[in-house]
Amino acid sequence: MKFKAIVTVMLKKSVLDPQGAAVERALKSHGRSGLQSVRIGKVVELVLEGPDQKTVEDQAARWADQLLANPVMENYTVRVEPCS
Amino acid sequence: MSRRATAAVIVFPGSNCDRDCALGWEAATGQAADLVWHKESSLPDYDLIILPGGFSFGDYLRCGAIARYSPVMSEVIRLAAAGRRLIGICNGFQILTEARLLPGALIRNRDLLFICRDAWLKVENNRTDFTSGYRAGQVVSYPIAHGEGGYTINPAGLKKLQDNDRIVLRYCRPDGLVAGDSAPNGSLDNIAGIINDQGNVLGLMPHPERRAEKILGGEDGRIMFQSIFQAVAGGLRP
Repeated sequence: MKFKAIVTVMLKKSVLDPQGAAVERALKSHGRSGLQSVRIGKVVELVLEGPDQKTVEDQAARWADQLLANPVMENYTVRVEPCS
Repeated sequence: MSRRATAAVIVFPGSNCDRDCALGWEAATGQAADLVWHKESSLPDYDLIILPGGFSFGDYLRCGAIARYSPVMSEVIRLAAAGRRLIGICNGFQILTEARLLPGALIRNRDLLFICRDAWLKVENNRTDFTSGYRAGQVVSYPIAHGEGGYTINPAGLKKLQDNDRIVLRYCRPDGLVAGDSAPNGSLDNIAGIINDQGNVLGLMPHPERRAEKILGGEDGRIMFQSIFQAVAGGLRP
């Protein structure tokens, strides 16, 4: 079966995110009220074959851990859905 | 018999300081370094491996993240484990942290700018194979040229680096004062270079190879190559 895995990678809360901070300042300077914080991350979409959703999830999580994210400074989440 | 030391500079797609590193080594030691393509999966037991600066694999994903999986890296890791000297400069430092040969990570510069200029550095630890030719606390100048040079590590990791004297170079002011704002890239604790516990793997963002000859504007960086040669071959250039 074909699946799509969406890996979202974000800098850890404890790591300074200068991009997010710059966007936050920009939004605030335009008078957006109520804004608490901005963090910027990235999204990686993988299309892959696998026997079932669980196997594909585990596979994508392994890849995220080894390459797509750097666990020293980043967290990641994996979402898998069937690919039509 | 003249003293010998074998050195290799690893060339990744997008490396651009490889030749400078080889020339810097040659200028300091009188011996040529091999340029080794990243696809090599077997290396002789070099005394020194240099991971040079540049933009390996276009800096895609994260700086150094893809290079870390190049075939040659298993050999680099093998030689480092065997105690051979390994130095990562700029992108090479990023590759070393991605490969977990050094702790921590290098993130986007605080002000989001690519910074290309000379930086003042304080030699915080001269009792290493890479810095023995410097005086303790000596202030030197190497160029920096990076967009992702902000060193970061968790508090426990930072404390370990500090307690074990593993911070080898810090950004400082021209008078040598290491102050809160002396790191142009926002690097944690003004860290410019660190060494591993075993003392054979050094990573630094500034470029010693760009200060390895007078014609390049100074010889502060030459001393680093000479120090390595001294450690490996037991003597300065005859």
